[in-house]
Amino acid sequence: MTFSPDMEAKFEKLVRSYPPGRQRSALIPMLLYAQDEIGSVTPELVDEVARRLGITPVEVDGVVTYYSMLRKKPMGKYHLQICTNISCMLTGGTELWEHACRKLGIGNKEVTPDGQFSLEEVECIGACSWAPAIQVNYDFQHHLTPEKLDRLIESLRKAPQ
Amino acid sequence: MADLVRLEIDGRMVEVPPGTLVINAAKQAGIEIPAFCYYEGLALQAACRMCLVEVERMPKLIASCTLPVSEGMVVRTETPQVVEARKSMLEFLLTNHPLDCPVCDKGGECELQDMAFRYGTGESRFTEVKHHVEEQQWSPVVFFDAPRCILCYRCVRICSEGMGVSALGVINRGASAEIAPNCDDHLECDECGMCIDICPVGALTSGMYRYKTRPWEMKHEGTVCAHCSNGCKTTLGVYDNRIMRGNNRDRSGINGEFLCIKGRYAFDFVSHPERLQSPLMKIDGRLQEVPWSQALSAVAGRFSEIKARGGKIGVIGSTRTTNEENYYLQKFARVGLGTNHIDHHRSGDVATLLTALGGRSDALATTDDLYGRKAFLIVAADLAQQHPFLAFQIRANWRHHNCRTYTVTPGPVREDSYAVRSVQVPEGEELDAVEALRDSLAAEPELVVLFGDTIKCDAVRRLVAFGDSLGIPVKYVCLVDYSNSRGAMDMGLLPDLLPGYRPVTEAGLEPGMTLPEILAAPDLAGLWVVGANPLTNKQLVSDAAFVVVQDLFLTETAQRADVVFPAASAYEKSGTVTNVCGEVQRLKRAVSVTGAKPDLEIFGLLAKEMKLDLGIWTPDAVFKEIRDAVRGYNVPLPVIVTGGASQTAPEGGPAGATSRPDLIQSARDTLFTSGSLSRFSKTLNSVTERPGALYRG
Amino acid sequence: MLYNEPSPLEVKVLTRRFGLPDSASLDTYLASDGYAALRKALGMKPEEILEQMKRSVLRGRGGAGFPAAMKWGFVPRSSPKPKYIVANADESEPGTCKDRLLMENDPHQLIEGMMIAGLVVDAHAGYIYIRGEYRYLIEILDRAIAEAYERGYLGKNILGSGFDFDLYTHTGAGAYECGEESALLESLEGKRGIPRIRPPFPAVVGAFQCPTVLNNVETLSAVPAIIRDGGVAFSALGTPKNGGTRLFCISGHVNKPGVYELPMGFNLLRMIDEVAGGVRDGRKLKAVIPGGSSCPVLKAEECDIAMDFDSLSKAKSMLGSGGVVVMDEATCMVKAALRIMRFYAHESCGWCIPCREGTLWLRKILTRFHEGQGRPSDIPLIGELAKNMLGRTFCPLGDAAAMPTISFVEKFRDEFEAHLDGKPCPFEEADRTVLA
Ligand SMILES: Cc1cc2nc3c(=O)[nH]c(=O)nc-3n(C[C@H](O)[C@H](O)[C@H](O)COP(=O)(O)O)c2cc1C
Ligand code: SF4
Ligand code: FES
Repeated sequence: MTFSPDMEAKFEKLVRSYPPGRQRSALIPMLLYAQDEIGSVTPELVDEVARRLGITPVEVDGVVTYYSMLRKKPMGKYHLQICTNISCMLTGGTELWEHACRKLGIGNKEVTPDGQFSLEEVECIGACSWAPAIQVNYDFQHHLTPEKLDRLIESLRKAPQ
Repeated sequence: MADLVRLEIDGRMVEVPPGTLVINAAKQAGIEIPAFCYYEGLALQAACRMCLVEVERMPKLIASCTLPVSEGMVVRTETPQVVEARKSMLEFLLTNHPLDCPVCDKGGECELQDMAFRYGTGESRFTEVKHHVEEQQWSPVVFFDAPRCILCYRCVRICSEGMGVSALGVINRGASAEIAPNCDDHLECDECGMCIDICPVGALTSGMYRYKTRPWEMKHEGTVCAHCSNGCKTTLGVYDNRIMRGNNRDRSGINGEFLCIKGRYAFDFVSHPERLQSPLMKIDGRLQEVPWSQALSAVAGRFSEIKARGGKIGVIGSTRTTNEENYYLQKFARVGLGTNHIDHHRSGDVATLLTALGGRSDALATTDDLYGRKAFLIVAADLAQQHPFLAFQIRANWRHHNCRTYTVTPGPVREDSYAVRSVQVPEGEELDAVEALRDSLAAEPELVVLFGDTIKCDAVRRLVAFGDSLGIPVKYVCLVDYSNSRGAMDMGLLPDLLPGYRPVTEAGLEPGMTLPEILAAPDLAGLWVVGANPLTNKQLVSDAAFVVVQDLFLTETAQRADVVFPAASAYEKSGTVTNVCGEVQRLKRAVSVTGAKPDLEIFGLLAKEMKLDLGIWTPDAVFKEIRDAVRGYNVPLPVIVTGGASQTAPEGGPAGATSRPDLIQSARDTLFTSGSLSRFSKTLNSVTERPGALYRG
Repeated sequence: MLYNEPSPLEVKVLTRRFGLPDSASLDTYLASDGYAALRKALGMKPEEILEQMKRSVLRGRGGAGFPAAMKWGFVPRSSPKPKYIVANADESEPGTCKDRLLMENDPHQLIEGMMIAGLVVDAHAGYIYIRGEYRYLIEILDRAIAEAYERGYLGKNILGSGFDFDLYTHTGAGAYECGEESALLESLEGKRGIPRIRPPFPAVVGAFQCPTVLNNVETLSAVPAIIRDGGVAFSALGTPKNGGTRLFCISGHVNKPGVYELPMGFNLLRMIDEVAGGVRDGRKLKAVIPGGSSCPVLKAEECDIAMDFDSLSKAKSMLGSGGVVVMDEATCMVKAALRIMRFYAHESCGWCIPCREGTLWLRKILTRFHEGQGRPSDIPLIGELAKNMLGRTFCPLGDAAAMPTISFVEKFRDEFEAHLDGKPCPFEEADRTVLA
């Protein structure tokens, strides 16, 4: 399995970031960065990473299935992660979540038919004082309201492909 | 040894070595602290929280399975708080666990069931919906029922730490955490069943045994595995004269709880439909069933006649029959038939080793030594494949005592993963590679050398000379194939050596023909094959030869026979066998056969028929004779009779040696093969890993 | 970047550079006496640095409030093994969003703090373990680290002192439990985030089985100020047993939610009214979670309290991670308890029985309860199950789930009763109107 040159460079740097013989430390970063590039953690990726780090695929799978950001199914081009944890809940996060589901016609960890959007109800993302908050892929959006969310979704739809 | 630590547990003073865990200190004081995840010899987990205890001056309950003792510590294991905590753990555990013990395969020997009974609350306050998942089959041997799993991680640990296989992992997190097999929906592994055996509940069950019977309906007999030379004790569960399962849960015997797929599951050949039920005789070119009397008198007649006219009779013995049978057979041949043309399939050059050692019996390692000694040299053997229990011992030794292992093999072996040095060389170049390790080996405090079948004759002498020259205590193990390969040699199933390796010349006899010579002799008049199948890969030259075969099945050799006697298997008779390390153990009859007879009885009846006086043919009587007559075999009876193991070793006087490398060849069985016998084991034939291969790491 | 207006009542020590143009850059940092503390520390003996740390009475900002100097003191400096400094930037405690600001606006402050810790325990490498969601912070930190290497503040022979220090960022991938120090170290080694059996503690056996200082980002970010201006100056800002300032993350039903740096011991009611502009829409205060979701909730009448570790533990709650979650009269306490339990059930690593099964069971009961399917017997059961977890789990996550739950049923039993026998949640309506 092959990765982009930058990705290979990233891996290269990663593996050198840890003491000798500790290359397994690179596992979680490698999986997450690779997922960013190819969309999900595929069986091929599991085998490849296992091979590179000298561990068994079932060990890698144990890690993949432990961390909630690592996923075996691809999500949409824009993955909307809506926090409904306590601070967000208190400021309308739950309603924001329900609104997003209705608006996009999909549920938790589902993708719109056109593959543009996916939704995930997430735990606290560290934006409590500026709640309700969401993340679009890795970008934070604070103080959201259903109306702002609608506008956000529209602008993303229009965004040049 | 540092001085002992004194502490108080439930008012009793206990003295234990520093570093002892409280849970074990308590056991020593006769106080049992319940636990699921704690398992002696495996990595600590502190996951099940069943072993929480109260410790004075500690704010909260502490897991006694990870708490080392300290001087003056005061521990309480039965306070209301502790009792209450256990109750709550069990209540938590049982929330999603099916409450159907009566139908669960583990019912009756389930640790969770016992704990719930002893420490539980009775009824549960859980009224929510349980999360159901379908049971999965991971291999013909292994089934997994997730909801029953309590996540004690014993299976994961025994597989990675104990077996060095790491086929099991944990996936997901929180309440959806689950044990998972290495090939997403199935297992590819040793199929040893250790994970099933160690599972405290009904989560992992065995395809061979599940739902066939109930533990309390079976009687259990501890005997010795019929397969490889390691000689594991296996406790057979018998119901209605059928063997239902094999395990060693009580950890008795040299192998503790260890068993490989063969010892645990490959007893099924016993009830194979092709088992011979009646003697067969060739009548007008076809083997046909005849009564015992007819077969016996026919054979007695022909043997007496051939003997009378001085015709050549060859005898080929077995590497699976008991010492008593082997001893009696060679006596029959030499005394009864007056022939020295007796041999068997030899898989290791024990004779040369013993000669080279000049009778130093302290230089022969026991299976205990493999767990206790400090350094090991493995030459020309794939231990994990060919000698699973020996491999298990050394691996455990490395985990627990950090023993140092060197491997010199023709290809990668599992031992490489923890060996301090691994050298791969083509066959024949092993000894030079060993010589190259001299300095490191000489620096070890002591050494155990295990060598395989390509080290024979001169090579064995060189290896022993090398060992002696290291200037450290060295012990040896000459690796051989089958459950009584070692006994076959000890008992003198050899053309040039009497029992105890005494040269036949000492008795004024001429050495007889070897196995290949017997088969090649154009003028061979009679051939008597007992529990062996030489005609799989060899030809019998003499067409005229009258062939008698004793076996469980109609093997290639049996098909060529004029008379075939149906023989009882190792699990259907008593007697003793000697394992690869020369440890004598007793076979205990687990089931009785109809039609077939133990080989010893067949010998006896033939002797009677031929009016020969070879002595009584009961196993005990013959064993007594062996203890008197065979060097090194006067092992302590009580040990043997109580199912223990005692090492034999021909001390005094050098033994005779072989000078014929060609006569020594391992059958190179893997974990999943066992000579001709494995053809008749459904289990061995059902696993996808079969046939497996040597030197694949 | 700042996401809320500062408050005039703030005492800006760790946040002093916030708002400066290009505050994350090395130049801005140097222009505002950045790395002065490092230069000073390079000229001090380790014991002298540690002494200043002691005087600062700096207590861990990650939640437990353990004195930083004492923790550093546990590291066997003379051990032949390499030693490591690990910054805990997993920031996942619901209600907490301060480390994010410290890394975004002043990454060099953290880097400098880690190096000074390195000087004390003779460590020459450090790792910043950042939760996966904070990807943009990894980019900011990597840039800062690269700058520091270029200009000789990291790497070999730092500022010609002969001291070497390497620093790396390491991303997590979504797991609250990986904020727990030993689970974090497992995760750093590429494993599932399962906590380790302790003792041994990280100070002795930590990253890569070597002695390790593991501190929260805020704790480490306070170090440069302490060394620069002296431990006493720092401690004087707070109370005798709780030195300095800390970043409070005020969220929930207030007019001006935000992250504010205030002296330790600042009064909670004042914090709500004067710093955060009071409870919104002039509603009445009902309750406050004072230090992140794992802290027992305080009723309004308990809120006239000094925000320091000791006062809160006296009140049977905790200062925790500084996440102050304010709830007004319209808040359904059953819903709040349920949401918090959902979180812990989702984040339990699954290793030990009481946490794995307890959080799931409680989540199921509370869900049913909030849907109006509660039974009278559930109310005591919730408390008992939580108590059965308390102090018995493998790591403190179990306690973190149990403690708030116990406080919710004990302090707001009436609201639980109001949900009994099929009644709709009495707050759903009020809840909705808050949005409008
Ligand atoms: C379940 C759990 C989650 C935690 N999450 C964090 C976290 O996100 N960030 C953090 O700094 N400390 C967290 N902690 C506390 C750490 O275990 C550790 O005590 C702390 O990082 C030490 O740094 P300090 O002494 O500077 O506070 C958590 C603890 C537990 C039990
Ligand atoms: S190792 Fe050998 S003796 Fe032991 S169980 Fe397996 S085959 Fe039988
Ligand atoms: S609770 Fe939503 S960001 Fe913290």
